[in-house]
Parts: sequence; C-alpha cells; structure tokens
Amino acid sequence: MALALALVVTIITVVSLVLFAWHPWWFPISIAAEARAVDHQFAITFLITGVIFVLAQLGLAFLIWRNRDRGDARPAAYILGNSKLEASWTLLAAVIFLGLSFMGYRLWATTQFTGAAPGALKIEVWGEQYAWHFHYPGPDGRFGATRVELIDDTSGNELGLDRKNDPDAKDDIVTDELAVPVNHPVELILRSKDVTHSLFIRELRFKQDLVPGMEIPVHFTATRLGDYEIACAELCGMGHFGMRSVLHVMTEEDYQKWLTAQTTGQ
Amino acid sequence: MAPALLKSTTASAAIPTVHGGGNGFHGGGSFPGGGGGGEFPRRLPAHTYRLGMWLGLIPIVMLFVAFTSAGVVRSGLSTDWAGFTLPRVLWLNTMLLLASSATLELSRRSLTAGLGRMFAGWLYTTAALGLAFVGGQLMAWRELIARGVYLATNPSSSFFYLLTAAHGVHLLGGIAALLYMLFRARVMVAEPARRTALEVTAIYRHFMDGLWIYIFLLLVRWS
Amino acid sequence: MAETSAAVAHTSAARKSFIRRYVFSTDHKVIGIQYYFLALFSVLVGVVLSVLMRIHLVWPGTEIPLLGKILPQGAPGGVISPEYYLSLLTIHGTLMVFFVLTVAGQSGFGNFILPLQIGAEDMAFPRLNMLSFWLTFAGLIALLAPFFVGDGPPISGWTAYPPLSAIGKAAGAGQDLWVVSIALFCVASMLGALNFITTVLDLRTRGLSLMRLPLTVWAWFITAVLALLSFAVLLAAGVLLLLDRVGGTSFFVPGGLIVGGQILDFHGGSPLLWQHLFWFFGHPEVYIVILPVMGIISHVVATFSRKPIFGYRPMVYALLAIGFLGFCVWGHHMFVSGMSPYSGFAFGVLTMAIAVPSSIKTFNWLGTLWGGKLRFTTAMLFALAFVSVFVTGGLSGIFLGQPPLDAYLHDTYFVVAHFHMIMGVAAIFGIFVGTYFWFPKMFGRMLNPTLGAIHFWLTFLGVYAIFIPMHFVGLAGTPRRYAFFSAFDFMAPLAGLERFISIAAFVTAAAQLFFLANLFWSLFWGPRASENPWQATSLEWTLPSPPPPDNFGARHPVVRHGPYELSVPGAAKDYIMQDSTEEVRVGS
Repeated sequence: MALALALVVTIITVVSLVLFAWHPWWFPISIAAEARAVDHQFAITFLITGVIFVLAQLGLAFLIWRNRDRGDARPAAYILGNSKLEASWTLLAAVIFLGLSFMGYRLWATTQFTGAAPGALKIEVWGEQYAWHFHYPGPDGRFGATRVELIDDTSGNELGLDRKNDPDAKDDIVTDELAVPVNHPVELILRSKDVTHSLFIRELRFKQDLVPGMEIPVHFTATRLGDYEIACAELCGMGHFGMRSVLHVMTEEDYQKWLTAQTTGQ
Repeated sequence: MAPALLKSTTASAAIPTVHGGGNGFHGGGSFPGGGGGGEFPRRLPAHTYRLGMWLGLIPIVMLFVAFTSAGVVRSGLSTDWAGFTLPRVLWLNTMLLLASSATLELSRRSLTAGLGRMFAGWLYTTAALGLAFVGGQLMAWRELIARGVYLATNPSSSFFYLLTAAHGVHLLGGIAALLYMLFRARVMVAEPARRTALEVTAIYRHFMDGLWIYIFLLLVRWS
Repeated sequence: MAETSAAVAHTSAARKSFIRRYVFSTDHKVIGIQYYFLALFSVLVGVVLSVLMRIHLVWPGTEIPLLGKILPQGAPGGVISPEYYLSLLTIHGTLMVFFVLTVAGQSGFGNFILPLQIGAEDMAFPRLNMLSFWLTFAGLIALLAPFFVGDGPPISGWTAYPPLSAIGKAAGAGQDLWVVSIALFCVASMLGALNFITTVLDLRTRGLSLMRLPLTVWAWFITAVLALLSFAVLLAAGVLLLLDRVGGTSFFVPGGLIVGGQILDFHGGSPLLWQHLFWFFGHPEVYIVILPVMGIISHVVATFSRKPIFGYRPMVYALLAIGFLGFCVWGHHMFVSGMSPYSGFAFGVLTMAIAVPSSIKTFNWLGTLWGGKLRFTTAMLFALAFVSVFVTGGLSGIFLGQPPLDAYLHDTYFVVAHFHMIMGVAAIFGIFVGTYFWFPKMFGRMLNPTLGAIHFWLTFLGVYAIFIPMHFVGLAGTPRRYAFFSAFDFMAPLAGLERFISIAAFVTAAAQLFFLANLFWSLFWGPRASENPWQATSLEWTLPSPPPPDNFGARHPVVRHGPYELSVPGAAKDYIMQDSTEEVRVGS
C-alpha cells in the first residue's frame, strides 16, 4: 500500500511536470508589451509553484514510503513540534508568497493605476445580450451622446445615437468588430446595455468586466498584426457562449482604409 | 490523583451542573424556556442560555450592518437619493418601545422577587407595548403610502421599508416569546430554574430597542 | 414545586416513537446522521448534474435517455438547451457548495462527533439543532423544486450576479425560489453556529481545557464563528435581490438598461454592491467548507501515524489565522469587476498572506508523518491523498491571487480547476476521511476495507485525470459557463482534452458506486465495530459503537491528557485515551 501510494503520487507529479513543461495546450502568443510582462510574471510563478509542487508531493511520497508501519517493534517518534522549524518555514512561506505579490505590483500599476497615454485612440466598447459593438468617435474625435430611448436594433441604431440632431454623433462609426492600428496606444471605454459582460482578449492578456451603469477604461498598445478572437467572460445569459467578436490589428494605412469603408456603411 | 500532564495546560472547563440531587436530570427543556423536550430533558446553567442569546444577536447585528453598508453605498452612488420627512408617529413608537423595555425589567424583578401577579402583569404590559409599537410602525407605513411613498419610489424609501420591516419581524419574534412565557407563567413563577427564559428574552428585547434607536437615527440621517 | 423527573426521564426515553427517535429527534447523533444523508443525497444529485453537463459539453445535442421523461420542460426530447445547461450548472454549484460541502463537514460530522469529543451529553440547544436541520431540509426542497415546477431553475450561476439575476423574466422565476432556499439555509446555519459555539465554550467536560481540544473541535468552533458572522450578509444580499426582482427596488440594477427591446424600470443601483455583499460571505464560506476538513485530516493523520500532531499550537493559530484572514480577501473575486484597482492590489496581498497559514498546516501534516508508524486504513489513504490534492489546489490559487495574472485567468476554466481541486476534491476527500474513520462509531459497524481501497484508488487517479487537464483548458483561455465550445476557433484544438476530461469524470463518478455499495451494505451487514477499532485517543472512542442516547450518562469523563498522546515513551500502549488515569513521566 505504502509503495503503491508513494509511487502513484510520484508518477502524478512527474506526469504533471512533464505536461506543464511540454504544454501541448497553452497560452496564445502575446501581442503587447503589457502582455509580455504578464507572461514574465506567469513564468516566475510557474517556476516557484512548480518547485513547491515537486518538493511537497515528492516529500509526501517519501514520507509515506519511509514511515510505513513495517510491523516491527519500533515505536513512532514522540515529537510534539519544533519551534525553530515552524518559524523558519513560516518566514519562508511569507517571503515567497508576499514577494510574488509585490513583484506583480509594477505590472498592475502600469496597466491599472495610470491611464492611457495622451494621444491614445479612444474607442467605446458596448456589450449586450449577445453581441459586441465598437463605437468610434470619428474625425471630430468626440463621441456622440447615447440615449437608451433612441436604441433601435432593427434600424441599426444599437447604441441610441442621435445622428440627426447631435453634431458629435454625425461622424461616429459603430461596428461589430474592433480594428486598431498597430503600435498605437488605444483606450477602450467599456459600457453595457443590459447585464454585466466581460471583454476578454487572450493575446492581450487581460479582461475587464463591462458593468451596466459604469464606464470603465482600459488601455493597451498592440504590437503585432493579425486577427484575434474576442470572447465574453462573464455569464450574461443563454447566449453567453456565442458572444464573439474579433480584434483586427492593422497597419496605420489599412486602418484608415478600414475606417473609411465603415463610414460609407453607416 | 494528580493529573498526568505531558504539556502544561490549565484545566478550565464548565461542568454542566445538575440541580437538586446528584443523579437524574430535572425536567426542563432547552432554550427557549419551558416544556419537556429533548430525549433526556436537562437544564443547563443560566449563563449558557445567556451566552446562546448573545451569540444569536451577532448575526442580527451583521444583517443590519450589511443593510447599512448597502444603504451607504447606494446613497453615495447615484444622484437619485431623495430624503423625505419621516412620519411623526415614529417618535411615539420609539417611546413605546423604550417603555416596554422598562416594563420588562419590572417584570423580571417581580419574578425574581417571587411576585407572580406583578410579574405577569408587567409582562402583559410589555407585550402590549411591543404590539403597540408594531401597530405604530404600520401606521407610519400607511402614512407614507398615503403620501405616495412606496417601497420602490426612491432608494431612501426602499431602505426605510426594508429596515423597519426587518426590525419589526425580529421584534415580533421576541413578542411571540413573551406571549409564550405568559402562557407558562405559573410554571415560571414556581421554578426558579425556568426564569432564564425571561432573562434571555429581556436581553433580546433590550437589544431590539437599541437596534431601533440605531435604525431610527440612521433614517433621520438619511431623510 | 420541582417534579422528581428522574423517573419521568427514564420512562419517556423508553417509550419514544419511531418519529421522535429518528425523524423529529433532538439527539445530536440522529441530527448529525440526518445531515450526513442530506449531504449524501445532494452530492448524488450534484454529480448527476455534472455528468449531464460533461455529456452536453462534449456531445451537444445528444438525446439523453430518461432525461426527457423526468424533466421534459427543460430538456425536451432529452436534449439539453444552452439555457438548461446554465440551470444545471447553477443548481450543481449551489447544491455542492451549500448542501454538500457546508453540511457534511460541519453539520454532519460536527453534530455527531463534537459533543462526544468534549464529553457532553448533547449540544447546548438540542431543539434549536433540530430546527436547523429541518430548515436546511426545506431549503433543499426549495432549491430542487424549480426542476419540476414553473419555468425551471435559475441560470445565473451559484453566484447569481445581478443584473442578470435581478431581471425577472430573463433569469427565470426559479431565481425567486433559489433566494428562498438560500435564505432558509442561512437561518439554519446561523442557528447551528450559535449552538456549536455555546457548546464548545460551556459544555466541555472537566479537565478539557481549550488547548487539550482535538483539532476537529477547534476547526468546528472556528468554522461556527465564521458562519455566525458571514451568513447574515448573504441573507441581507438575498433579501435585497428578491426586492429588486419582485418589489421594484433598484439596489443592484442601474437605470438606462434595455433588454429585448424593452427599457427596464430600474434606476441607480450597483451590480458591484451585490458582488461585495456576496463575496464578503462567499469567501469565508469556502473556509467554512475547508476548516472542518482540515481538522479531520489533522486528527486522522495523527491517529494513523501513531504520533502526536506536529505543532499542535501552531496548528490552532493557523486555523485562527485562516479564519480571520478569510474575512479580508473577498475582493480577490473582483479584480476585474470594475472595483478600484488600489483595492484590488490590497486584496491581492492579503490573499497571498492566507497562503502562509495554509502552508504551515501542510508542513505540519508532513511533520506528523515524519518518524511515524503509518497505518494505511482507507481513512488514512484519503487523508494522505488530501495533502496531495490540497497542495495542488492551493498552488493554483497562487496564480489567481495575483491581480495581473488573474486578469487573464479570471472566469476561465483555470478557476474551475482551482476550486474543484480544493473544494470538489480536497474537501470531499476530507468527507471521505471522516466517513471511513467515524462510520464504526456512528453506525456500530465496520466498512469493508477492500471496497474502500478500490474506491480510493479509482477516485484518487480519477480526480487528477479530470482536473489537471482542466488547468490547461483554462490556460488556453477557455471561459467558464459556456454552453457550447463551437463558436470560437481557438477552442477547437482543445476538443480532445475536453473529451478526456468528460470520460475521466464518468469513470470517477462511476467509481463512487463502490463507496455507496460499501456504505449501504455495511450499514446492515458490516461486521460489528468495537469501542475503539482504530486505537484512537479522543473521547468518542471511550463509548460503545454506536453510543447510547445519553452518550456518557452518569459517567462525566474527566480529561487528563492532550488529544494526541500517541507513542508516549514509557506508556503501556502506543496510545493514551484522553480520560485515561495512566500517569507517564516524560523526560525533557
């Protein structure tokens, strides 16, 4: 029994280790500097937790094997504890875990405590059951005001813009997919029409909830061209699984062309 | 025989006291008051029932702490919080409730002194005052409804109805306990051990008073 | 005029009807067993729900036999719709967290064993205890009723975030019954908690000081304190949610929302307020789940290592620290919720701090094994496995507790893997440990060790097979609570992994049949158990198996030893019962 258990724990440890090292299923690529910083923090955490995992599991396996009752007269050791040892491993755990916490501080601070760089491209992101809308301010750089009474999905006014009377709204663009120019700071302002959703773009390594009644800013700078799937990551109803969109990171030129193409369609 | 202590510990333990003789168990149920009940009816010392009651007050406190923090958040959140004048009857109700605490104390003292009739009399008064309070609260509600202030009219009114209702429900529970004790008044006068029920009910009632004062002040602040 | 009721007591005890003895009983032992079987029933339902979910995820559109017949509303023709999938996961989560994990460890084992371990004849307030059970039972009925009546169960998850849960029609009328169920559970738990605390403080037998309490009693005690403080907040949140749903209030729902073309009549509420209230309860709740189990593990590991627990006092302090810190970390469920990022950082640090006392406990369990003489009973197998899965589950928490990492992992299957490992596996293993350990005392018979071993091996391998792969599903970014994986390109390569997980789940679920067979067969035909088949030291093992109705009767044990006096040098045997009159001199 002891041998079997020790072996099984060891095998589980080795298999897990191999799986995580080989990782046939893994994160997608990172497409932003902030994302790469997150990956770095992940790597450190994997290393530390990996070491702890291996030591703890193999330690367990070893102790199981070593201390099995061999049916002899040897009594167990009457040990009540060891204050020095307790203090040592308490301190060690505190240093490691709190250290990890503080290591992530700068990363969190740059993405969360500071706003977007000045000159960032501002885009409103709207979530509803079960679709995404992206609201560009147009050449005037100002978002048209939205009013819920004006919302009319059938006529394509999903956000309730007043294109007739509101000068700011006249040049606004509303799309189903998110396009941004590469290497250009972007600020997204997240809003919801109905329930809480969450904007999740894996390659940027972040997600942020869209909370009704709030306007929540996030910012990033994409550094790689391509198309990246956008998923909803907060249960929003029965169509939650299908709330998909795409982030297109384009060259500045392609982005302008895309914008123009959208304008004619509005 | 000296206890063999392998680690230094201080021996301290409550021993369930058995009243009367050294064996057997006296009839008596468990909290709250009166009646044979459990498999082996036993009486625990009064302080155990008091402890239970004090502990029971903690979740009630937490409930109202949660409601309060919800109110604080909600009032700071959006601009739609509108105060309204509190019905004047609330002041009267407060007096009634405080009076009922006083009469409850008189009832308790009478019981300790063995004055059965006075004990019951003051207990009736306490229950009546408590019911009058609840009645008064309902009058306050009626006044608000007549003014067009309903549960959903405004967040401030939502909290008004919520807090007064939650308090009222808890108070009614306490009044029910009082009425039950009146029903068992004779037994309570006869057996000293049974008086714990009145003690713990008193703790509860006084707490309900204090809670009402707190809620009232909060409502005044928010109005 | 005091009646001499000694005679009354004896006769009334002799003539109790079946109903008074086994149904409406105030005996803590009966109530403990009632809670245990309530949890057992709930876990069977919960596992069935999860099997249905795993079938649907990998083979959507399958016609599941019997399902269409039993629950035609939600699954016409036996096919699970996406809405129904969400109901399944909502009830699965609610059942498991409340009616299984909170009930089994604390209300089940706690009720049966705690009074025995402290030498008391019952809980402080037996009738209140009975009330707690029946309120819990009513809560269970309310939770499961929507499967059979109305529009079906709610779809908002066990976390019931508004606005989704507050919008009457969209979330289903079952949401109202869900709130009622939770409210009943809250009241039952608060009453139970005050019972436990009073019992531990006031009813300990002579000589049983706090520092001589078995760690199980410490765990039940601290858990009760957590429950006393936290359940009321959930009740408050539930009341507010119900008012938003049916009373027209706007505690949690802001204005300007439009659903299905209709503008909703709410104004000024905050969805985040619900999250704060819910998680202020919700985080202590998971410690309410794990603390009793930690107590059981400590107790059993010491017993079957034939050694005292390593570092008794640090273990007590660790329990206290986990309990206290548990109240300070609720925001780690809300890092990306829109809450202030400064709060997020603070919560992150505090969350990592909890890893410290948890580590202490793990070290001390390992320290208990060191130099021990391990006996591999089924209880011990599961206890050792607990240490393994607790480490695994705890370590994934290290990722989630860091806000920048959680920004990626939040609401993905990595979180699902984490909490299943720590609650669905580790805590459940703890329940198995308690079952295999205390079954003889509770029912007077022994469980079959061969069936126990088979159950153990299949389950231990099975849970790792299910949940290690699930971490990868999460790392790849698969969000949770998705009824289908078909809409996203990036999920396609994970299909094989998902299939593996589902099959592992079916096998592991099936393996539990060995446990059930063992349990029910042994209840009636297992070999009779002696007083102390495990040669353990705590007071419950000084009583017959099962104990008589009045437990210790006139005996009133006097405690003279700590709870883990095992292999004491110079002692007659390798264990000393807590009330033993044996005196032993120990050098240095």
